[in-house]
Amino acid sequence: MDPELLLRTLAAALRLSTPLILCAMAGLLSERSGIVDIGLEGKMLAAAFAAASMAAVTGSAWLALLCGIVIATLMALLHGYACITQRGNQVVSGVAINLLASGLTVVLGSYWFQQGGQTPMLTDLGRFRPLELPGVTLLNGVPILGAIYRDLVSGYSLIVYVALIAVPATHWLVNKTRFGLRLRAVGEYPQAVDTAGVSVTWLRYRAVLLCGLLTGIAGTYVSIAQNAGFSRDMTAGQGFIALAAMIFGKWRPYPALGACLLFGLLDAVSIRLQGVRIAGIGEVPVQLIQALPYALTVLLLAGFIGKAVAPKASGIPYVKER
Amino acid sequence: MPDDTANTAGPPAIELRHIDKRFGEVHANRDVSLSVRRGSITGIIGENGAGKSTLMSILYGFYEADSGEILVGGEARHIRTPSDAIAAGIGMVHQHFMLVENFTVLENIMLGVEGGAILKHGAAAARREVERLEREYGLGVDPDARVAELPVGAQQRVEILKALYRGAKIMVLDEPTGVLTPQETDQLFRVLASLRARGETIILITHKLREIMAVTDEVYVMRAGSMVAQRRTVETSEQELAELMVGRKIRLSLDKAPAAAGPPVLTVSHLTVHDERGVQRLDDVSFTLAAGEILGIAGVSGNGQSELLEVLAGIRAPEKGSFTLDGREITAAQPCGPSEMRDLGVAHVPEDRHRLGLVSNFTASESALLGYQHDPAFAGGWLLDRGKIQRYCAALMEKFDVRPRAPNLRSANFSGGNQQKLIIARELTRGPKVLLVGQPTRGVDIGAIEFIHRQLLRHREAGAAILVVSVELEEVMALADRILVMCGGRITGELAAREADERRLGLMMANAAPLPANAVPPDETQGEAWGEPWRGEP
Amino acid sequence: MSGARPDLPRWADIGLIPLVNVLLAFIVAGLVVVVIGESPLEAVQVMLSGALGSGEGLGYTLYYATNFIFTGLAVAIAFHAGLFNIGGEGQAYIGGLGVGLLLLGLDHSLSWPILLPLAVVAALLFGAAWAFIPAWLQAYRGSHIVITTIMFNFLASSLMVYLLVNVLNEHGATSPESRNIAATAQLPFISDILGGFGIKMAHTPLNLSILIAVLACVFVWIYVWHTPWGYELRTVGQSERAAVYAGVKPRRVILVTLCISGALAGLVGVNEIMGVQHRLLLNFNAGYGFTGIAVALMGRNHPLGVVLAAILFGILTQGGAELSFEMPNIDRNMVTVIQGLVILFSGALAHLSRPWLEALFALLSRRRPSLKEA
Repeated sequence: MDPELLLRTLAAALRLSTPLILCAMAGLLSERSGIVDIGLEGKMLAAAFAAASMAAVTGSAWLALLCGIVIATLMALLHGYACITQRGNQVVSGVAINLLASGLTVVLGSYWFQQGGQTPMLTDLGRFRPLELPGVTLLNGVPILGAIYRDLVSGYSLIVYVALIAVPATHWLVNKTRFGLRLRAVGEYPQAVDTAGVSVTWLRYRAVLLCGLLTGIAGTYVSIAQNAGFSRDMTAGQGFIALAAMIFGKWRPYPALGACLLFGLLDAVSIRLQGVRIAGIGEVPVQLIQALPYALTVLLLAGFIGKAVAPKASGIPYVKER
Repeated sequence: MPDDTANTAGPPAIELRHIDKRFGEVHANRDVSLSVRRGSITGIIGENGAGKSTLMSILYGFYEADSGEILVGGEARHIRTPSDAIAAGIGMVHQHFMLVENFTVLENIMLGVEGGAILKHGAAAARREVERLEREYGLGVDPDARVAELPVGAQQRVEILKALYRGAKIMVLDEPTGVLTPQETDQLFRVLASLRARGETIILITHKLREIMAVTDEVYVMRAGSMVAQRRTVETSEQELAELMVGRKIRLSLDKAPAAAGPPVLTVSHLTVHDERGVQRLDDVSFTLAAGEILGIAGVSGNGQSELLEVLAGIRAPEKGSFTLDGREITAAQPCGPSEMRDLGVAHVPEDRHRLGLVSNFTASESALLGYQHDPAFAGGWLLDRGKIQRYCAALMEKFDVRPRAPNLRSANFSGGNQQKLIIARELTRGPKVLLVGQPTRGVDIGAIEFIHRQLLRHREAGAAILVVSVELEEVMALADRILVMCGGRITGELAAREADERRLGLMMANAAPLPANAVPPDETQGEAWGEPWRGEP
Repeated sequence: MSGARPDLPRWADIGLIPLVNVLLAFIVAGLVVVVIGESPLEAVQVMLSGALGSGEGLGYTLYYATNFIFTGLAVAIAFHAGLFNIGGEGQAYIGGLGVGLLLLGLDHSLSWPILLPLAVVAALLFGAAWAFIPAWLQAYRGSHIVITTIMFNFLASSLMVYLLVNVLNEHGATSPESRNIAATAQLPFISDILGGFGIKMAHTPLNLSILIAVLACVFVWIYVWHTPWGYELRTVGQSERAAVYAGVKPRRVILVTLCISGALAGLVGVNEIMGVQHRLLLNFNAGYGFTGIAVALMGRNHPLGVVLAAILFGILTQGGAELSFEMPNIDRNMVTVIQGLVILFSGALAHLSRPWLEALFALLSRRRPSLKEA
């Protein structure tokens, strides 16, 4: 295979994985604390819309990022309120948030921008453009490493690097800090945390807020870095794929990263495969390639994971039983 | 019992004045007052539902009292959360351990007092402190062991370490011996004596009269939410305490017709079972059960009794070995499900009444159908005859005095005793050949206990073969004609009921060799580090 | 321990709280309308008149309600077994595929009275088949039904696109769809039936499949509450351990229940393909699956409640269409927003209003002791 093509496919894979990575980390933090979150998709979508709208209006990518984070966090708080304080059904809450996001983004978008749900196309002004890391031109001459550095290491927009940093950061937070110890405890046996004098509620809210933060970044990336504006339902189920990746990774950051990269790679490869004839099979149908991530998710959920062991208290509202 | 240790003068360690607490309609604590002397071991005794746990939950900050005061060391304290209690020097060892199973011992102890935002910073100091406490109090546990892999006695020591680590001067233990063998219980009481020797004040909540008599200095009796009596332990007796607990003269033994066992009905042969994690639960168990006899299975929870019931009821398949019932042999190759067992004439009153015996959200009628939903008497053709089911339930309630007589009331709204009576009614009216009963009177008030025991005896006289599993040795000794003891999945002893006493049974429960009736058990003190040796029964 | 809440009389628990929840949903929706600069009351008026104010509106409302009944029953029956079937979208889609294939094959040989029961069977089978794999994975592998059914929704979409673009499409058509089925194979419209009796009614998509919907309700009611299998279903949903104790095989019950659930959702195909569209096309399942969740939650998983909730959502959908003509500022997706709010308030925030209502009842009962239930 052409090395140029290989590099560019891998780079595309990383770009496509970015929202998955961020959402997987978000979901991980929430679920390790015991709150199931099906609403990653909705939060990401809402943040995408908020960011794109802010970018269209102000032309500032940074304000857009802030706006995306705020909106996602508000929705996360809503989910948290329903699940933690009201002790409601967590899956139902997630579904509600997805629908709310899907509907509100179009309703508000149509009203504000009069483009049937889309936000105005953005120029470079409101977007996170790819960054060129220092030394690219310098290393360009170097045979293999130069190409790798130019195509694979450099040239991503900021948020991609943020996503990559988010993984070790999450790992460190969960495993090496006091907050992480308490977080893990609250997801396994919240009574132990309660009797130790630590607030179960506050811990879970913090987890949920972090989840909002990360999905906000993910959504912002989707609308103003990966694309040039918002269109309806643009997240196309990536929130659910991130959820699946988190489950494969058995709720651990690095394995989840691996799963996200795998799915991103699949996605990148599928784009390249469109229209290509494979010997003996003929032309691969577009729809099959598009369906691959979903089919693979089901296969992996069925085969390799079976009964993946979620945090023990996951999905169960905490009640002081006596 | 002697308490001539330490300085017991000064203000009481804990004083509760006029504590009152309601939960909706339930008046859990009615104007309760008590005073605990420093450096003493004080017991609080009462039946299930008497209000002891609620009182201690208030002391530990789980709940706030509606009115009343708490004084620690003579000073009034507002205890609104467990943090406040910990700050006041109160530590609690809960009945269900508050341990995260996936964590190590050290992580569990550090949880909440990590000593810094980064774990590493506090861990070294924590480890040193834990090792110091272990040496001083003799509570040997490996700090890096995963709690899930520790035996129950060790887990309890971790709970005690947790409290000591936080500087508890007053330790409350809530029903600590429910999961321990008598020998582990001895060990625990030695630890308590050692703690007392070092100036700790201990409050022991229990419903077990023997423990109170054995180890406490003073005892408070609670009944139906009120504090009804206070005694110095030396000045009272089990009988008096039992009467105070219940409020009337009770007999601790039943009138039982002599055993008249018939032919064997159930033969169990070399039954072996492992659980999902590969841990062995039943190890080569064999016995027979005859018609017209009650066979009691004694033993601490978790030694295979539950699995034995599950296998005999058809809920779990045997791995090796078999059992034979009415000519049908059940083996791993030819398993039998619960419905087939019912067809063979087996009825099952499960240990866990709330999760297995009935469905909380179903009405009583619907719970009365559980297990028998395909019975042609209720399901003519494809449809259930709801009217018929309701009348059936009403008849059951009448016969077994289940109150209130409301077949349409939600099952969860009945009291524990009435729920149990309903379940027993459901199973007994089938006229089973074999009745399997697990923990028949757990969480049941004393009036219902007597009723249930009488029902079991009546069916024994009618020729049913009854297997009773119970952690309450008194119950087993009162009901059974023969007693088997299980420990570690094996049957470690068999006694006729009249030969059984607590000490012999206790040794079998710990799988020590059975002793002749007059022998003195081996001395199990552990040297000078224990301070004053605990003196057992005279 | 947690569970019995005797502070509210039973009628309030069953009837009032759900009503209050729905009301809260609508109030919030109203706020959104205000933000868009329109009047909620005016919007409600337009919606109601659009949905109920004419025979035509009513017909459309009931046509939508038919689909909502199917998907609502699907979600409801799964809930009784403690499972959340989010796959209604995909199951409805594939159910329609089944109906379409049957009709495309037989429409020239048989006419609708014979084809109708066959189409029902096809819809049931195909819908159940689409639920089967996620059901089996949940029952026997413990794979979370929520994730797998969501994935299957996407898979259904891809499959249908592939089939309609490559296999079934009518050559020369501008959008991917199959040929029309013969007129004799089409289900009669209610307006035509009534016309036959001399009652004049404007033409609407409402067709005979609404009777199927009613039959489905009766079936679910009998099955869940009046058969031993329904009893076992509910036992599994309440307490799997009690079910095992009672001799039930929970895995089998889960599998069967989810397949029935998928089958019910598949019936949307009868309405859409045989009754209205008369051909296979893309996206005829358009959100019916998700609305089913709202309908089931609002209707508290009981067939009667499902019917009422389905009609309400029918009103919303038809009224929503009218609304987008009369008040163009309010996008049609407002109905999605309302769905989300109903799910939120009926499902996740279901007990939000409880403390207020308990206080209210306590207040009232202090004044009139007769109000307090025993």
